[in-house]
Amino acid sequence: MGEIATSLVLAGELVATGDERLAAIVMLSLQVSFSATLIACLIGMPLGALLAVGRFPGRRALIVLFNGLMGLPPVVVGLLVYLLLSRAGPLGPFGLLFTPAAMIIAQTVLIVPIVAALARQTIEDEWREYREQLRSLGASRLRSAMTLLWDGRFSLTTSGLAGFGRAIAEVGAVMIVGGNIDGVTRVMTTTIALETSKGDLPLALALGLILIAVVLAVNTAAFVLRQWAEKRWG
Amino acid sequence: MGLGMTWLVLDRLGLTESGVCIINDVTLKVGAGRTAILGPNGAGKSTLLRLMHGLLRPSDGCQHWPQAFTQGMVFQRPVMLRTTALANVEYGLKLRGVNPHDRRQRAVEALVRVGLPAIADRPARRLSGGEQQRVALARAWALEPQVLFLDEPTASLDPASSREVERIIREIAASGTRIVMTTHNLGQARRIAEEVIFIDSGRVLEQSPVEEFFTRPRHAAAQRFLEEETP
Repeated sequence: MGEIATSLVLAGELVATGDERLAAIVMLSLQVSFSATLIACLIGMPLGALLAVGRFPGRRALIVLFNGLMGLPPVVVGLLVYLLLSRAGPLGPFGLLFTPAAMIIAQTVLIVPIVAALARQTIEDEWREYREQLRSLGASRLRSAMTLLWDGRFSLTTSGLAGFGRAIAEVGAVMIVGGNIDGVTRVMTTTIALETSKGDLPLALALGLILIAVVLAVNTAAFVLRQWAEKRWG
Repeated sequence: MGLGMTWLVLDRLGLTESGVCIINDVTLKVGAGRTAILGPNGAGKSTLLRLMHGLLRPSDGCQHWPQAFTQGMVFQRPVMLRTTALANVEYGLKLRGVNPHDRRQRAVEALVRVGLPAIADRPARRLSGGEQQRVALARAWALEPQVLFLDEPTASLDPASSREVERIIREIAASGTRIVMTTHNLGQARRIAEEVIFIDSGRVLEQSPVEEFFTRPRHAAAQRFLEEETP
């Protein structure tokens, strides 16, 4: 218990004094994971809508595949992206390995299936309600998918949040492709892992608490926004 | 059998779903301007309407439109998009490729015709059930369909809203759109329709002018239905 109390005090001190290194680490975490979430939403949500509304061979297989890929192990994603970006890999010439861009790519790959699979579920529920009306009005399936994406925008925040939660909390992928370089690719989770292995438990715990607070804050903001929107639009 | 020129022919139409026969060997000609499909619960009224509109594919037989007619449909429970009432009406026009300026104008006109110009900018899903149904009618009407199918359009509405919806349906018909509606409200069928199609257990048992149907129903099942349903 003593350690947690010490960490709480330390976390408070770090935040209160506006520790610059800490701020940089938190900012990089947010930047990487928000970017990955944004890209994953741009890819995953339309993909989910097409899986929900479309009719093409292999649709069921794809749905099962995406559901399964929700549990992708971050270290494996990190390893695959590492191979792609390493000097000898197909994307090697871009020199992205051990940069924040590589971390964004890895997290995007990790969470696209999560966003797509959850978006599919949401859109499929909407499709059940809207299907006949949209067909009657003459909307094609592609058009229906676009309409449902817009119409389901508030419910879809949940799939975006699930992706963000996974991205900001994972350590394996960013560790492998980012390298945990001080001041360049060090984020909250990799710092926690490092400080723990160095034995600086209070600092590690303090960072952990800040991470939890950040995740809670993001979720609260999204929740409030969604409540407001649903009250306004029904 | 129809009153006017036949505009829809159903030929031995049937629908079987997972072994259950829902529509059975329906052959009829629709020619009236205002047709009501009547029948007991589970008779297949809504299914027949959906087959006519093309939302369902028949498993037997076929239907034939002598002329290609533009169609619309209004459902028992209105489906509103999460946007304003006006944008909901505009949506149908947008799908037809109407340009933004005309679209806005036609949508506003349609809302005026259903008596709801004041709620144009309100979120559609926050409107009352009756208002939502009128927005759905405006959305269908704005497209000026040659045939409008209505599936129990007042079944979930209070009496005042029902009267208003009935008034709008009569106006849509007066504007030249053919109406085919299912209803379990006999008074409504009598007030709106020229012709009645009576179905039971997926079969069409009678097709008659409305006065004839209500005063001298030919089929025994229709007589029984009228006795049971008349208060």
